[in-house]
Amino acid sequence: MCWNKRPGTTVYAREVPDRSHPPATFEELAIPLLDQLYNFARWLTQDAAEAEDLVQETYVKALRGFSSFQAGTNFRAWMYRILRNIFLNSRTGLKTTVVFDEENPAGAPAEISTPESLLIAQATRETVQQALADLPVHFREILLLCEVEEMSYQEIAETLAIPAGTVMSRLYRARRALRALVQQRMGGDCHGV
Amino acid sequence: MACEAWRPKLDAYVDGELAAAEAGALSVHMRNCAACASAVLELVQMKRSVALAGRRSVPSAQLRARVMASVATKPRARSAWAWRSLLAPALLLAIVTAIVTFYIARENARLQRVYSELTDLHVAALAGSSPVDVVSSDRHTVKPWFQGKLPFTFNLPELQGSDFTLLGGRLTYLEQAPGAHLIYQVRKHEISVFIFQDREAEAATLPSGAAHALSFNEETWTQDGLRYFVVGDTNTDDIRALSDLLRNAK
Repeated sequence: MCWNKRPGTTVYAREVPDRSHPPATFEELAIPLLDQLYNFARWLTQDAAEAEDLVQETYVKALRGFSSFQAGTNFRAWMYRILRNIFLNSRTGLKTTVVFDEENPAGAPAEISTPESLLIAQATRETVQQALADLPVHFREILLLCEVEEMSYQEIAETLAIPAGTVMSRLYRARRALRALVQQRMGGDCHGV
Repeated sequence: MACEAWRPKLDAYVDGELAAAEAGALSVHMRNCAACASAVLELVQMKRSVALAGRRSVPSAQLRARVMASVATKPRARSAWAWRSLLAPALLLAIVTAIVTFYIARENARLQRVYSELTDLHVAALAGSSPVDVVSSDRHTVKPWFQGKLPFTFNLPELQGSDFTLLGGRLTYLEQAPGAHLIYQVRKHEISVFIFQDREAEAATLPSGAAHALSFNEETWTQDGLRYFVVGDTNTDDIRALSDLLRNAK
């Protein structure tokens, strides 16, 4: 099946510094990430002006700390981690209650897929966006890193500074939470489909 | 494997994080399991929906310009490396310069010390009741007087036709070495000429040249294994003229 492969991963291959060449400059590495970092910042802050400040501060901090970045390691994960740390320490970030109750997903009752659960395919883009916005930040960010940034579990683990096993369980719960929110929003139409 | 065992792995499967063998086994399982196949399809559709919905905002041109400016004004990492490669030669140059400066300063300090000592000898001799031990304007009288008193000999110039007159000579010592101290006069100014053996010692390695200290003019050079110093309160032209006469003495 085609989704078994991750088609987007190669897009970011050039961001990993090649050791045979002189070390890339901060500018060369960081500027191509501007669009995605801003999009991510916007999802975290839910505010245009705040997202701009967050991105600007991320670049300034990252440039200042660039000497501590180890060439050959994941630059993208490093940048996202800086952005996220600044956000979590901001006023908006401190207000967001992050719940870290990681439990084994295997222990949770498995939800049997019914034809009704496929309604997410019919949900409009706006509905999914609203559901995403309603998600707690720790669910929202991990879904964005996985689906929009197409990061591997390892990259997500680096970015969020959590173990790879936690990435898997949190993703599982984030998807269930999103599915529930979408279903809730489409509640009235559910039986009509 | 039963459906229940596969359920927790479906997310990893759609994320491409399942090991190849497991992914293959799940594919086989799904051919006969509608529930799992439908769950996977739902997850894939969800991934697509989120990917689509998640790409929502693009940065304004203003922010892009701001970020570019804040990044571009800072020194580039590559120039930092170039600077480091220049560090070793720059450091070496600085060390060499420091050593050379130190030696030049030390030479100058030593020359100043010798000059000030000679100036003292010059002034002390003139201040004394008998400035010279051999009083004669005749070089043929003065020169033989030093025989047996100095371990070297020297030539004195013929002064006929010049403004200089020889007043006489005396024995002197500089840095524990004996030497001849001759006193000349030009227009009521006294000029001292010191002649020492050009040893390996300090004074011998002094650079030649003229100097000026405390209104005294001085000139020094080496010739035929002897070190000459000319010290006087007259102008530099007189000092140079007398030095030239001594240099050409036969």
